[in-house]
Amino acid sequence: MIDMNNIKKVYDTGKIQVEALRGVNLQIEEGDFMTVVGPSGSGKSTLMNIIGCLDKPSEGEYKLNQKSVKNFNDNQLSEIRNQDIGFVFQNFNLLPYASAYENVEMPLLFAGMSGKKRRERVEYILDRVGLSERMGHKPNELSGGQKQRVAIARALVNNPKIILADEPTGNLDTKTGENIMQLFIELWKEGNTIVMITHDPRATKYSEKAVKLIDGKIKNQTMD
Amino acid sequence: MNKVFNHISKNLLLIKLFIRELNKERRKILMTIAGIAWGTLTIILLLSFGDGLANQMMKSRKGLGVNIVILYPGQTGREYQGLPQGRGISFREEDCDLLKNRIPYIDRIAGEYDSWGNSFKYKDKMVSEKVRGVSSIGYEDMRTHFPQEGGRFINKMDLQERRRVIFLGTNLKERLMGDVDAVGETILINGFPFKVIGVMQDKMQMGMYGGPDTETAVIPASTFKTIYGNEYLSRIIYQVNEIDRSEYVNSLVRQTLGSKYRFHPEDKSALHFWDTIKNTKVTRKVFTGITIFMGLIGALTLVIASVGVANIMFITVKKRTREIGIKRAIGGKRGLIKFQFIMEALLIDLTGGLIGGSVAYLIVFLIRNLIGKGDGFGEGMAMYMLSQPNFSWTVAITTASILGLVGLLSGFFPARRAAAVDPIEALHYE
Repeated sequence: MIDMNNIKKVYDTGKIQVEALRGVNLQIEEGDFMTVVGPSGSGKSTLMNIIGCLDKPSEGEYKLNQKSVKNFNDNQLSEIRNQDIGFVFQNFNLLPYASAYENVEMPLLFAGMSGKKRRERVEYILDRVGLSERMGHKPNELSGGQKQRVAIARALVNNPKIILADEPTGNLDTKTGENIMQLFIELWKEGNTIVMITHDPRATKYSEKAVKLIDGKIKNQTMD
Repeated sequence: MNKVFNHISKNLLLIKLFIRELNKERRKILMTIAGIAWGTLTIILLLSFGDGLANQMMKSRKGLGVNIVILYPGQTGREYQGLPQGRGISFREEDCDLLKNRIPYIDRIAGEYDSWGNSFKYKDKMVSEKVRGVSSIGYEDMRTHFPQEGGRFINKMDLQERRRVIFLGTNLKERLMGDVDAVGETILINGFPFKVIGVMQDKMQMGMYGGPDTETAVIPASTFKTIYGNEYLSRIIYQVNEIDRSEYVNSLVRQTLGSKYRFHPEDKSALHFWDTIKNTKVTRKVFTGITIFMGLIGALTLVIASVGVANIMFITVKKRTREIGIKRAIGGKRGLIKFQFIMEALLIDLTGGLIGGSVAYLIVFLIRNLIGKGDGFGEGMAMYMLSQPNFSWTVAITTASILGLVGLLSGFFPARRAAAVDPIEALHYE
C-alpha cells in the first residue's frame, strides 16, 4: 500500500541545509502494525509527515496505492489526508471550542457526508472508543485519555487506509497509556493498518515491523 | 436537491463552529464591530443629511417657480435705428401672447402687475399689503400657487369677466382673517369688495421678488387694470419646457421683443432676465459635490474601521495557527480555511453595518418626525433645511457596497495568510 523509495528530505533554512531524511526505503502493507523508533532529531516526525501527505519529499518516490504523491496538488493531498489517512498526535490536537462529537464530525464535514449518515457514523465511532457518554463535552472537560480517544475516533471516522500515530501515549500516565495502547492493538486486530512512533515496549511486542531511524536513515528493519 | 441541502447544512455547521471560535475573542471583536458600526453610522448620516439638504433646497427653489425665467423691462443700452440710448422699455399684456406664439419652447407665460400699500379690510381688521394682478391661467403651476383644499386659483372666466375675486397668500390670510374659513368670504381692498376664492398652500420659498408669496394677494389682471388703470406690466414670467434650452429661449425672447420695441438684439440692458433654471443647475451641481465629499469622509471612516477588522483578523490568524494546522491535517482544504476567515470578517462587518445602519435609520426617523419643520426664514430656515434627512435607497446601496468591499478587503488578506499556514509548523505551534 505504501511504497517509499530512496526518500530524502532537506530543510532549507537559508544558510544551513538540514537533511532530515537521507534515503529511506519503506514498504507498508495493508494490516501492518509498524513501529518507528529512534532518538529525537532522527527524522521520525518528518517521515510521518511525508507518509501522511502533510509534507512532500525533496527527492525519491513515494507511492500511495500505486500512485505517486508527487503529482498531486494541494487540494488532492487534502482529500487524501481526509479520506486515506488518520492522524493521532502526542498532544491530541483537538479543536478546543468544539465538543468531542464535533471534533469527530469535522473530517466528515470536510468530506461532505450527509447529515444522517454523519450522525450515525460519529456515534458509532465514539461508542467504539468508549466515549458515547461524553460526546457533548469540550476537550478541557475531558481527561488526557479521553482526549486521546476522541483523537483516535477522529482519525478512524472516515475509515482511513492507514492510521499514523506520533507518540500517542507520550503525554499520558502509565495506566492511561496502557489503555490507549490496548485500544490501538484492538483496532489493529480488527484489520486497521497502523504506523506508530513509540518507545512503548507493548507496541513493539505486537508490531510486525519495527523501524529504527538514526540520522535520517533506517538502521534496521526487523521482520517477525 | 439533496446535494444542495447537504452543501448548505455543511457550511452552516462550519459557520456555527467559526462563530464559536470567534467567541473567544469577544472583547476585541466587539470593539471592531463598534468601529464598523460607527463608520456606517457616519457615512449614512452624512449621506442622508446631504441628500435631505439637497432635496429641501430644490423644494425651496421650486417655491419661487418651476423652470421659470423672470423677465424685467430695462432701458436701451445703445442707439438703434435712429432711436436714442437710455430709452425705457415697457411690457404690455399682448407681449405674452406674442412670445408664446413665436417661441415653441415656452410652456406657460404670464404678465404681472403690482400695486403696493393697499388697505385690506375684513370685518374690523385692517392690513396694508401688496396686490398682484396676473394675466393668465396656469400661473399657479408655474409659480407654485396651489390652493388649499376647498379653494381654487383664478380661472379663465375670472379673467374674461373681470371678476372681483382674490387668491390670498397663507400668511396674509392669517393676519387678516385669522382661523376663519376664508373661501367665499368678502374682503375690502381700498374699499372695493373682493370675494376670496382660494388660499395658497403653505410653501418654502428660497428666491423671491417683492416679498414672499405667502404675503401676497393675487387677482385677475383684467380686474387689476380696471381698478388701478395700469397700462404696463411690472414683469413677465415664462416657463421653459426644455431646461437645457433656457439660454436659447432667452435669446429668442430678446430678438422677438427687440424687433417689436426696436432695440438691438444684442442689447443687454433693454431686458433683464432672472433665469432660475441656471441657478437650479448650479445648485444641483454644488449639492452633488457636497454629497460626494460627505460620502468620501464617511467612506474613509469605514476604511479606517476596516483596517481594524483586518488587524484583528491577522491577530486571530496568528492565535489560531494551531487550529488551522489541525484542520489542514484532517483534510480541510486551503479554500475552506480562506472561506472561514473571509466569512468571519464579513460577519463582523455585517453585524457592525447592521447596527450602524439601524441606529442611523432611527436617528433619521426621529429627526424627520420629532423635530419641527421650521418655517419662515433665518433660523427657521436652517431648521427647515436640516429637518428632512433622507435615508434613500441610493444612500443604503452606496453604504452597503462600500461595506461589502471593505469587508472583503479586511477578510481577504488575513484569509490568504491563514491559508498559507504550513500545517506541520502549525501543529507544533504553542
